[in-house]
Amino acid sequence: MQNWFMLTLVGQDQLGIVARVSTALYEGGCNLGEASMSRLGGNFTMMLMVNTVLDRDALTALLEPVAETLQLHVHLDRIEGRLHTHPQPDLRISVYGADRAGIVACVTRDLAAAGFTVLDLTSDVGGTPDKPFYLMQIEGAATQGLPAVDAALKRLQQNYGHEIEVSYVPIETLVM
Amino acid sequence: MAILEILTYPDPRLKTQSLPVTTFDDTLRARLADLADTLNAGPGGVGIAAPQVGWFERVVIVDVSVKPKLKHHGRLVLINPEITAWEGYAVAREGCLSVPDYTGNVIRAKTIELSAQNELGEVQQYSISDYEARAVQHELDHLDGLLFIDRLVSRRHDLFRRKVYATTQTSA
Repeated sequence: MQNWFMLTLVGQDQLGIVARVSTALYEGGCNLGEASMSRLGGNFTMMLMVNTVLDRDALTALLEPVAETLQLHVHLDRIEGRLHTHPQPDLRISVYGADRAGIVACVTRDLAAAGFTVLDLTSDVGGTPDKPFYLMQIEGAATQGLPAVDAALKRLQQNYGHEIEVSYVPIETLVM
Repeated sequence: MAILEILTYPDPRLKTQSLPVTTFDDTLRARLADLADTLNAGPGGVGIAAPQVGWFERVVIVDVSVKPKLKHHGRLVLINPEITAWEGYAVAREGCLSVPDYTGNVIRAKTIELSAQNELGEVQQYSISDYEARAVQHELDHLDGLLFIDRLVSRRHDLFRRKVYATTQTSA
């Protein structure tokens, strides 16, 4: 029986992580689905859908040699995997400001209350160590309509003045 | 009237270079009618290129009038089209009837000048901008075997990263 797992993998960034992990999976007969991999703060991180006949123990054993050589932390979750079900984002929201605790929490809490579901979020810290700034780009869908999200973002902007800058653009997808 | 089957990637025929149309007759116009019917049958499509239905000649139909609030020329039947001038650029998300369940950001010129023949073989000149220009560029790519997935820009780092002047250390 084919199982889907979400493989989460974190380790100090070094050359060849993706190649060695994916080769081990390929040679072990696994098939890969959607993935997100990125270097975050000097670490390399992977979230990877893996489709396999192996059970958790066998998959762990398959990854163990690579994980040990490259000093990677590996975590496996059995998931209900589904491909070919991409929801369409209809809004891209951008938030930035001087880095301080709570920006993500405040913004996403208000967005969730306005029915905005996050499909993709990337954030980064720029600037210099003594004057850091925080940047976040969110793509998602306004499930309760654009006016609710627009009002939430306007309120956020009002509450924070120029402490943070909030803007959004609609994502119009042209199918041709 | 016929609704034709739309080829979907990874069908290798979508990578075919299409040939110019040389004969403007009733057969051509009948095929154009079928192409238009196929476009109309799809959900919300704003354009179709002949190679998407396995017809490998330089023919496209663009019609963004179905979308509200877009500038447009109505239904454009473009035969042997050539873009003669480009200006500006914009990034927007595209999808394609031939690439189901995937959309991505693509850079296109904002304004184009276009020369194309109509179904009678008469040469027409167009000045096209914004979404209509995007749709035309997307469809013309099909004539050269190009799909929007040939032109994707990074999802994470949108467009242009700032030029790095200092030497930075990276791995992987």
